[in-house]
This record gives sequence, structure tokens and C-alpha cells, in this order.
Amino acid sequence: MSNTLLSVAGLGKRFGGFTALNDVDLDVAEGERLGLIGPNGSGKSTLVNCLCGTLRNDMGKVTFGGHALNGMAAHRRTRLGMARSFQLPRPFTTLTLAENIRVPILYAANVKTGGHAVDPRERCDALLDMVGLLPKADLKPADLTQIEMRKLELARAMASDPRLLIADEAMAGLSNQEVDEILALLLKLNGQGVTIIMIEHIMRAVLAFSQRLVVLVAGRKIADGLPQDVIRQPDVVAAYLGS
Amino acid sequence: MDLSFDLLGNALVSGLLLGGFYAAVTIGVSISFGMLDIVNIAHPAFIILGSYTAYIANSVFGFDPILSSIVLLPAFYLLGMAIYHVYDVSFERRGDASIRGLAFFFGVLFITEVTLVLVFGVDYRLVDAPYVGPSLHFGVIDLPLRLLVPFLVSCALIGSLQLFMSYTFLGRAVQAVAQDPMALRLMGANPSKIKRIAFGLSIASCSVAGAILIIIQPVEPSIARDYIGRIFAICVMGGLGSFGGTIIAAVILGVMESLTSTFYGPSWSPAVAFGFLLITLAVRPSGLFGRT
Amino acid sequence: MRNAYFVLAALAVAVVTFAVARLIDNAYVFFAGYVVLQYVVLATAWNILGGFTGYVNFGTAAFFALGAYTTVVLHKTMPFLPLPAMMLIGGAISGLIGLGMGYLTLRLRGTFFSIATLAMAVVAQTLITNWNFVGGSRGAYIIRPSDSPIFSGDYIQYLFVVMLALSVISVSLARAIQFSRLGFGFSAIRDDEGAAEASGVPTLKLKLIATALSGGLMGMAGAPLPYYVTYLDPASGFSLSYAVNTIAMPLIGGTATWLGPVIGAILLGTLQQVATVTISSALSLLLVGVLLVTFVIAAPKGIVGWFKK
Repeated sequence: MSNTLLSVAGLGKRFGGFTALNDVDLDVAEGERLGLIGPNGSGKSTLVNCLCGTLRNDMGKVTFGGHALNGMAAHRRTRLGMARSFQLPRPFTTLTLAENIRVPILYAANVKTGGHAVDPRERCDALLDMVGLLPKADLKPADLTQIEMRKLELARAMASDPRLLIADEAMAGLSNQEVDEILALLLKLNGQGVTIIMIEHIMRAVLAFSQRLVVLVAGRKIADGLPQDVIRQPDVVAAYLGS
Repeated sequence: MDLSFDLLGNALVSGLLLGGFYAAVTIGVSISFGMLDIVNIAHPAFIILGSYTAYIANSVFGFDPILSSIVLLPAFYLLGMAIYHVYDVSFERRGDASIRGLAFFFGVLFITEVTLVLVFGVDYRLVDAPYVGPSLHFGVIDLPLRLLVPFLVSCALIGSLQLFMSYTFLGRAVQAVAQDPMALRLMGANPSKIKRIAFGLSIASCSVAGAILIIIQPVEPSIARDYIGRIFAICVMGGLGSFGGTIIAAVILGVMESLTSTFYGPSWSPAVAFGFLLITLAVRPSGLFGRT
Repeated sequence: MRNAYFVLAALAVAVVTFAVARLIDNAYVFFAGYVVLQYVVLATAWNILGGFTGYVNFGTAAFFALGAYTTVVLHKTMPFLPLPAMMLIGGAISGLIGLGMGYLTLRLRGTFFSIATLAMAVVAQTLITNWNFVGGSRGAYIIRPSDSPIFSGDYIQYLFVVMLALSVISVSLARAIQFSRLGFGFSAIRDDEGAAEASGVPTLKLKLIATALSGGLMGMAGAPLPYYVTYLDPASGFSLSYAVNTIAMPLIGGTATWLGPVIGAILLGTLQQVATVTISSALSLLLVGVLLVTFVIAAPKGIVGWFKK
């Protein structure tokens, strides 16, 4: 049995009178491939933001790799090994692709190894190569296509050398072939030992990828188990098709 | 500190009236910054411009400053629309609003101030009107008309803006664009056009605010800077985009300044606003009534 | 080019500049040159926080004047201190004030920080105006020594050399930052602070560093001012023209690199000196404002940006 890498207990978040997350429990084992789905507005993005430290949760606890995360600044969580890609890519627009990748290498990966164990140049080239963007290393993000931006986003998240990668709707709006490309990339990363939480709307990708599936509706977790079981659960079906 | 009660009472009343005036000065920014997210730090410069136009109307033509400021409302409105147009084309559409937008308005602030110095010089200017001078007396409390009349005008100004916002299509469109520009677009209204109108209103309010400023105190070009801190302190304290919050915060600031001025001396007034701004930013950045 | 070579090159340029100025042997060159060099330092300092990191400081005057008034206080209490020592103290005080103000306001949006800097300038001016020890609103008189303490020449030439040295230091520092890990962090913050934080950049810490450095350099630039003007009052020390100039110069020269502020300062500074003498100082100020607005609208990448295309 694998170790628990991420442990979420009783997570709650309110915005004024609106409850975005209500008593969410979640455990993710090391090396696992977890899928997270739910209708729009169900709180998936809020959950990601609370995990990563962009937002502060009102209630509950988050434990990552044995560390209690409550109140910890986002950059320190990244340095502990938690990385995320943004739903709408947010590259550093005045920097080249190579420089984009360099930032997390300099500020997260190297900090963890206590100095310069990794040559930034080499690692940068390796990461860009992994997503097929090495020929474009000296271009700016404005020169990229949609799918290339998504790949850059993932590469940048990987540059911090994470133990856990949260891929937030990395495939939204892509063609079938492009979805397959991203899927292959994520599977490869998982093969290298990275725990991955995939948040997606594209069902075939989620089902192909996940070892375990979690469903969030109106801020509550209503299902957590094997994908083929979860999608047959009546309340899950109702959430998507309406009852 | 000599806590004599007439002094305290008068300080409180003056502070209240002053606060009302500060609300008028700030209401335009509550629209441009609070609703449109445009940091128009040149707003005080337009107010001073309003003061000088009222001054010309009064000293050259003998008109009442408040009435002339109302007549000039359309001119200021057009000026506001023109400036928004430049801002929109140069910055907002290019998605580059922050640094350069700030620098743009700062440049406008500076140009206005220097131009006023070139045209009018650095001497203080005043207006002459029947309510600048006399006071009403209620027991130990003095109500100087030069504070009371601006207070009433300010209430009228804010009241009419609030009515416009709540009860006209355009007004509600402005509130909508503040909350959800995409939804507005889907309803067929053009956000750019609505914002231009809102910004025009924001600058139009400067005509009246400027007129009542020069009634309350003599004016010279550099006092615009004293108002930047006050205006933004009020906006932040009151919560961006909330008229009610703006009024309450303005009154609090007016009273605090008046008390400071009475008991510690007037030269400390500018520091009061900044103190409030810092405290609010540090403790409750969304203000008393604001949306987060 | 490695940092050490750049510093040597910059020093060489400085030495040549001074030699040429001595050859021309006109006191006005030193007076005007001091002002231009002062702006090189101010523009470079502003750009570390503004251009590199993306946080606009409108309160240049506050940091600058605090440095100047620190000198006034030191001159009255410890007149034996050499000028460089006063500059270090003035810089340290300005840097600390910047740090304190930054700590209160940098956790919020950039626009709130900018507004706070403007308000802070007004408050600093109010405090100084109410402080009688430094002369309050009546101002303070400082007696300028007649001779330079380290070479043969008058004191103005000494001030010129001091400012030349400070220019070399600040420009070298800005360039070193631009190409360093710190500079990458600044750029990331400027482009997208949230993404920077998610990439492991300690954004608050870096912003505080930028604010302290920027404020400290501005304070050092202000420290010699009392000896230059011999009469200092709050109205001139806190003049809004400092704020406008230190924003206009990098914006016109180009904010992305160390070179932009230098170009902007030399061009705009010289232009103003000429305009002040030939037209009037008020009109030369107007010119700065108009140029600022024009460049901000029409040439966002500044002069350096033209050449990069």
C-alpha cells in the first residue's frame, strides 16, 4: 500500500454568503492518478486554489508529505513539491519560453536541492524537449498556438520538480488529437513517479487516465472510488443529466 | 489639550459638513475606480479645474459659482468622455492597463497643474458669493454658511447620481458593467460606450465639486495633491463602488480631520487621511462596505 | 559582459566625463551635470521597482527628500561626518522607510501600493513642514564648503564627482540585477504575480527587496542636495517634478533594461536644463508632462524599444 501524499480533511471555503466548498475530505496516495470532475461552479477551481495556497481555506486541514499546509504561502507549497497548471494559461509574457521554464527551476527546484544540483540550462532544454517545444525556446509566449501554450504551462509546472501535479482543465477546448497528446504526456509524467490530480470535463480522457475518480457537486464530494463504479452512481448521473 | 465643549461641538459640526463635501469630491472616483477599475489619480486636478472655471465665472462675469458649475456640467462631461476615449484606445484595449494607465493619469495630473500655474500663477483664488462669510448660530454651535451650502449641494449631487444609478437604464448598465462586462455584452449593450458615459459622469461631478471647494477654501494649483490621499483613503475605507460606504467614510474622515485641526493644528490634516489609508489597507482592505 | 568588466567600463566613462568637464572649465557644466547625474540615479532606482518589478512608485520625492533632510539633521548634529557617510545614512533611512511602507501595502494590489506612495509623499512633507529642528516651512540654510576635500577644485566639482560615483554604482547594480536570479524573479512578478508565486517565487520578499533598494538609492541621491542648493525647504525638496521626472525618464528611455533610464535621464535631463535657461522652468516642466503622456500612449517600449525592433 502506497503512502498518503496529500490529505485533505473537512475543507471549507465561503465567499461572503456563498459556500464554495463544504466539508471536503480527500486522500491521494503517492504515485496515484486521481480524476476530479463536477459540473461548472461545483468548486473544483476553488479546491485547487485552496490546496495550492492561492486562496485561504476557512475550515479544515491540508497535509502534504507530512507537512501541515494551513496558512503556508503558495510559493512555499510549490517548493515542498506541489505544482499546478492554470486553467487559462498564465505565461510570463515578456520572457522567452526558456526563461519561463527557468523561473521555477531557479526558485523551486534548485531551492529544494539546496543550491545548484541541477544545471538550469540542461534541465530547461530537457523540459522543453519533453513537450516538443525545444525548437521554439527563444520565442515569446505570444507566438504560440493554444495547445503549445497548454504544453508550456505543463512544462513550467513540471520545472519545479514536483511530487504532485494538479492539472486544471489542461485539455479544455482542444481537438481530439491534441487531447490525446496531453493525455500521453500526463501518463508519461506519472510513469516517472509524479502523482497527478486531473481536473477535466472531457470524460473519455478522465476515464482513460484515472485510477480513482472523485466527483464534486455544489461544493460537496458526492463520490470517491473506481471510475467505472462512480459514473454509474445515481447521484452522479443526476448531477450531470439533471434529475 | 483644552477640551472645551463648544470647541469640540463646533469641531464635530464642521467635521460633519466637511465630510459631506469630501463625499462630493470622492463620488466621481467611486465611479471611475470603484466601478470601472480605472485609477484616475488626476481626478483632483479636474476638481481644481472646476474651481478655476467657477472662479472665472464669478470674478469675470459675476455669476454665482454653484450655478455656473451646473451650467458647465456638459463641458466637463464631454471632457471626461474624451479622456476615457484616449485611455480606452491606448491602454484598455491593449490589455496593458496598469503601469502605463497610471503613468498616463499622473502625466495628466501634472500637465493640468503646471498649465494652471502658467495661466493663473500660484496666488490663492477665492470666490465672492452671499453665503461666503455669514454663519448661522445655534447656541454655542456656529454653522458657517460657507460649509453648510456646499454640504447641501453635495447631498444634492450625490442624491441625483444615486437616483441615476438606480432608476435609469444607463445607470443600471453602469452598475452591470462593474460587475459583469460579459453579461452586459450579451445583452446587447456595448461596455466601452457605457464606461465612457460613466467616466464622463465622473469628471462632470468635478465641475460641481470644484465650485464648492473654492467656496470652502481659497484655491491654488498645488492643493490637488492634498486631495489625492483623502479621496483614495475614502474610497478604500468606504469600499470600492459603494456610494453609501463612500459617504460614511467621508464623514468619518471629515470629523477626524476637523478634530485634529482644532486640537493639534491645521498643518497636520493631510497626515490624517494617510493614516486612515494605511490602517484600512493593513486591516480591512475591502473597506467597510465593499465587495471583495 | 561580466559584471566586473561592466563596472570597469562604467568607471572609465565616468573618469573621461570628469576630465572633459574639467577641460571645459565652466562652473555651469558642473552645476547642470550634477542635476542630470542625479536623475540618472533616480530614474535607475525607480526602474528597479517600477520597470523590473511592475510596481509604480509616485512618491519618489519622499525618499529623495528624506535623504536630503537626513543630511540637514546630520549637518546640524554631526558636521564632521564626510559626505559619503551622510549618504549612506540617508540611504539606509530611506530604505528602511520604504521597507516599512512596503510591508504594509505590498500584500495588496499594485494600484493600492501606488496610491499609498503618493499619499506617503504628502504625509512625509507634512511631517517635515511641522518639524522646527530642520526649519519647518521656513526652510534650512546649509553652508557649502568652498573647497573639495579630495582634489583641487571647488566643492561643486566634488559634488559632481560624488554623484558620478553614485551613478556608476546604481547603474552597475541595476544591470547586475537585470541578469541575475533576482532579476528573473522581478520579471516574473511583473508579468504575472500569481503565476510567479505558484512557480516558487517568494513574491512579497522580492517586492520588499526591490522597494528597499529603490528607496535607499533615492535617499542616497538626495543626501548631497542641501550642499548643492544651500537652502532647502519642504516645497522644493518634495516637489512633484521629481516624481514626474523619475517616471517619465524610464518610460521614455525604456523600462525593461538598465539602459532605458540612463538614456531617458540624460536626454530629458539635458533638455530640461536647456529649456529652463532658454524658455522658463515652468514650461520645461510642462514639456516633461507632455512627453510623458505622449510616450506612454504612442511608444510603450520607450527609446530602447525602438532600437530592438
